[in-house]
Amino acid sequence: MLNGDIDHHSSEEIRRRTDELIGRYMPSRLTLDFSQVSFCDSSGIAVVLGRYKIMKANGGTVELTGVNHQISRIFELSGIWNLVDQKEADYK
Amino acid sequence: MNILNRMQLDFQSRSVNEAFARVSVAAFVSQLDPTLEELADIKTIVSEAVTNSIVHGYARSNGCVHITVSIYENRKIRVSVRDKGVGIPDIKKAMEACYTTGSDDRAGMGFTIMQTFSDKLKVRSSPGKGTTVTMEKVLCPRS
Repeated sequence: MLNGDIDHHSSEEIRRRTDELIGRYMPSRLTLDFSQVSFCDSSGIAVVLGRYKIMKANGGTVELTGVNHQISRIFELSGIWNLVDQKEADYK
Repeated sequence: MNILNRMQLDFQSRSVNEAFARVSVAAFVSQLDPTLEELADIKTIVSEAVTNSIVHGYARSNGCVHITVSIYENRKIRVSVRDKGVGIPDIKKAMEACYTTGSDDRAGMGFTIMQTFSDKLKVRSSPGKGTTVTMEKVLCPRS
């Protein structure tokens, strides 16, 4: 689960932590939960795209959940929904 | 058109200041009682412009990022983000979607987002002399 702001400053740590988890658990499906993300700019697009490339190279997929309207508008500009799946959050 | 209010902000080109910049601009614009979506748009375009200055403008050095926000009649705001960094050799190319001179951790969507979420975008830049990005947005009428 991601939380807070995703911008250029925070994205390096997010990438590092996520890649560490991918390397440790080698999931077939990576779910990125945006329900606790209060702000996201194009750095968030890069985070998702980078993780998509890693997962695809390992034969896996990526899904996003809890994406609010504002963040979805940004993701739509990038065409990211052609690459990753969107899922409703499992909890309120 | 008359300027009703204005603020200026200078800060070092450190990435930790990106959040400070967008929140400061949002706080200043709040006097117009924007909608939540308008506020989110403004924070986003500020974040993109400031990040460009920090990541690209000052890629090889530290410097100062200058922001000016002006409020005009008819609920128009103008945000200007200026740096004295390396400048952009080809502005048209830089504004192409997904184009970036940065590493894989950049999506190259900054200018596309600035164009989409503002009503007007102007970029002035010269190699070695820095870049000024000016964005305008007219907020919806409020009763």
